[in-house]
Amino acid sequence: MSTRQFGEPVQRNADPALLKGEGAFIDDISLPGALHAAFVRSAHARARIRSIDTSQAEVLPDVVAVYTADDIGALDAELPMLIPHPCITSGGKTQRPLARGDVFYAGQCIAMVVAVDRYAAEDACAAIAVEYEPLPVELDLDRAVADGAPLVHDDIPNNVAAHFVQQSGDPDAAFAAAEHTTTVRVRLERSTAAPMECRAVAARWDGVSGELTVWDSTQATISVRGGLASLFDIDEDRIRVIAPNVGGGFGQKIMMFHPDEILVPYAAMELDRPVKYIEDRVENFIGASQERAQIHEISLAARKDGTVLALRDSFVHDTGAFIPYGIAVAQVASTSIAGPYRIPDIWVEMTLVYTPCVQVTPYRGCGRPQACFAIERALDQLADELGIDRTEIRRRNFIGPGEFPYVRDGLLFADGLAVNYDSGEYEKALDLITETVDLASFRTEQEAARAAGRYLGFGLGFYVEGTGLGPYEGGHVKVHPITGKVYVTTGLTSQGQGHETVFAQIAADQVGCDVKDVIFAEGDTQAHEWGVATFASRAAVVSGNAIHKAAVKARARIIAAAANMLETDEDSIELRDGRAWIVDGNRSVSLAEIATASNPLRYAFNEASQTATQFAPASTHDGPPLAEGQAPGIEETDYFSPSHATWAYGVHAAIVEFFPDTCAMEIRRYLCIHDCGNMINPMIVEGQVMGGIGQGIGGAFYERCAFDENGTPLAANFMDFLMPYATEVPDAEILHMETPSPLNPLGIKGVGEAGTIPVSQVVASAMEDALAPLGIAPVRESPMSPDMIHRLLSEARSR
Amino acid sequence: MAKSVLKKAIPATSSDPRIPVTLTINGETVTREASPRLLLSDFIRHELGLTGTHVGCEHGVCGCCTVMIDGRAGRSCLAFAVQADGAEIRTIEGVAAGDGTLHPIQQAMMECHGLQCGYCTPGFVMSMLSYLEETPEPDLSETAIREVLSGNLCRCTGYNNIVKAFRRSVELMNAAEG
Ligand code: FES
Ligand code: FES
Repeated sequence: MSTRQFGEPVQRNADPALLKGEGAFIDDISLPGALHAAFVRSAHARARIRSIDTSQAEVLPDVVAVYTADDIGALDAELPMLIPHPCITSGGKTQRPLARGDVFYAGQCIAMVVAVDRYAAEDACAAIAVEYEPLPVELDLDRAVADGAPLVHDDIPNNVAAHFVQQSGDPDAAFAAAEHTTTVRVRLERSTAAPMECRAVAARWDGVSGELTVWDSTQATISVRGGLASLFDIDEDRIRVIAPNVGGGFGQKIMMFHPDEILVPYAAMELDRPVKYIEDRVENFIGASQERAQIHEISLAARKDGTVLALRDSFVHDTGAFIPYGIAVAQVASTSIAGPYRIPDIWVEMTLVYTPCVQVTPYRGCGRPQACFAIERALDQLADELGIDRTEIRRRNFIGPGEFPYVRDGLLFADGLAVNYDSGEYEKALDLITETVDLASFRTEQEAARAAGRYLGFGLGFYVEGTGLGPYEGGHVKVHPITGKVYVTTGLTSQGQGHETVFAQIAADQVGCDVKDVIFAEGDTQAHEWGVATFASRAAVVSGNAIHKAAVKARARIIAAAANMLETDEDSIELRDGRAWIVDGNRSVSLAEIATASNPLRYAFNEASQTATQFAPASTHDGPPLAEGQAPGIEETDYFSPSHATWAYGVHAAIVEFFPDTCAMEIRRYLCIHDCGNMINPMIVEGQVMGGIGQGIGGAFYERCAFDENGTPLAANFMDFLMPYATEVPDAEILHMETPSPLNPLGIKGVGEAGTIPVSQVVASAMEDALAPLGIAPVRESPMSPDMIHRLLSEARSR
Repeated sequence: MAKSVLKKAIPATSSDPRIPVTLTINGETVTREASPRLLLSDFIRHELGLTGTHVGCEHGVCGCCTVMIDGRAGRSCLAFAVQADGAEIRTIEGVAAGDGTLHPIQQAMMECHGLQCGYCTPGFVMSMLSYLEETPEPDLSETAIREVLSGNLCRCTGYNNIVKAFRRSVELMNAAEG
């Protein structure tokens, strides 16, 4: 047998090209004759446009076209409401590609210029004069829903974009009977994905064939194709959408359509020239989706022994000026709110609020970091109030390994199905982390440090993550007759997650070839017709299992053909090293020969194909070269549609030291235990988790999309939006547990978002622990910047 | 099409004035015309077609555009092409051996899974290369390595594996020197 590739830390197939600068990101693709687009964006958060004067721009010699809402024909309409939900007020507001009449956030596109290069296009943007009548705004979430607050949309009372309540069990009865209740109010600030490659789109129209090719740094090529077909009223077959190398997405690139994604193809068709738009960093900060801002008020009803009986959470969610992605982020937050805890009775209310800011759609974590911060902060407070150790209280509430499947009836997850945890060993994970960190000795050290005037603290945070949602993905496996290489495709896109390697591992295990001999394609609607997209930690689960199923079928075909060629029975065939062997024998045929022989030929190109011409068929039957019902070659397709989400989980812990003089906090040790079921490639899993932790650290300490009271973005570059460098991210220790998911053949769960989720809680909890001797108030906000800590300290001192 | 629509006359290049720039890039000397306001990063990427040098911010913070200018790492988004007249520039395309064999730094980045999307990667490789070429005995402590890497942002990896790759690079480079 070949060594099994599944589970091995196989090095990535994608790396050599990327390391040599041979990647093909959108702006690396040379499109001869391409023109370049730039946008005039609103300078105000909320304003009426009095006039737009493009005349100065139009006469510039390098300008090819200037578009306002008046110049884009049928596209001048509200963009699609991607995920409708009955709880959304009046069906929900989405933006127009180019503003008509009003602007709703600073950064909204008002006009597009197409010029011979980007420099000229930006000159022309500067020459376009827009006259505004600024309108009042309210950015504070609490005040925005109050009567009389300025409205983002005139016809949406109190700025309430959606209101939804979900309930599981009978929380009222549980609260009435509780021995102890506790309430906390927590707040998380707006943040953004900030992928290193900003968004980008290029388009080429071929008037002769009527084909539109769009290169889009999207996470959802197939969905974008569907959207473009519908907006442009072109047959889907005439549109090809390609996401080549993409420099990170983290959810921001699942959102479709940012206006450029339709305006650039439109201009390419209209001008009959390729057009490129490469978003710059400032534009990414003001015009691309953001996330995170929520305020939760969460109450727990408990027994004196710390058993939590019920939970009530009421939260407001900032959805920005528009709600194209529906309630998805808030819904994920609301259904993740009870974490790994049994808590049988739950009531959760969400109020989504329009604010005059760029729209909110998922960013890595998608509501889970907020939910985790709320429940974990509340649990810490409950433990403190009841005099129970913060670690112990978690132990007393975990869903036990024998209690799966654990269903929360009445809480519908983002796939529209009831929350249904499939497997996990929560207590074991907690034990592992407290043992690894050696909590007992840390407490001694902490004691000694305190005596010496130093402040050390320990904190931990647990999370669950519903991953691998439907509806479905496909896998296609084909053995190439000439080279014997194995072609694998799926309908996803990659932003650096190593799909080309993990999916190759899965296929290689079945067809018995080297991982390097698997040629993988995705992110191209012409490579794979059917599918959904990369989001919600679903790629490995859904496409991974689809590819596995297709590869299992391909394996059966290979074995049948090889048995035929080697004149033995199928049980005597084994596949390894790219060949089919007779067990215990030394005769074999290569995958190339098998694929060739399975495809009856008329012309012989090489030795292998001579055995496959119609005069020398490899098949032994007497009928036509291709038997009735048989397809040529070794090629199989299959699909995987999960019954519901599979729930990964994990626990992080940190030991921190706090320096009162500077209000700085140093992470001395950071640990992560996580369980995403069976791991296809532990090296890649660890990379995903560590990357998530890095983003979590950014969120916990530094990153904040701040606005002034007029709604002007204050953090629109990397000098004001502080993303951590290597000097800020700790060297985390990552340990794996593997509890297989019973929901799919490979037993895997998603891991893409995991690392990000609990970091703010871990830091907050550790900070409270460190600063306990100084009597600070509980930490209720994230990020925890030095000035926030300073405020807590000053308050404590003045008490 | 029923309507008679004439194709627009579109100039081939912008009307910016152009001045000649001569520089040596990855050992090859070239002379090209460039607008005085063309960024060096755009010149390298679009005029010379070496698109491995990436652009992540255009304001000097992310390090994606790092190249070596006269032997030292520099941010190509912070210079105009015309300022590089007479300079000797190395980009990511000139790092691997002529036969495509990875440079020890590239090899180490692959072995240690120091890249995910790969967008920041050329900048990191150029920063490390510049540092290791001018530092015969690099300090391999965690703090020192992170300090060397602190001019480059990466949003995917959380840096751990890049730190490991730095150490591994030194091992591989020492082994290669024997
Ligand atoms: S692009 Fe030059 S430093 Fe970011
Ligand atoms: S690998 Fe994606 S930004 Fe560094």
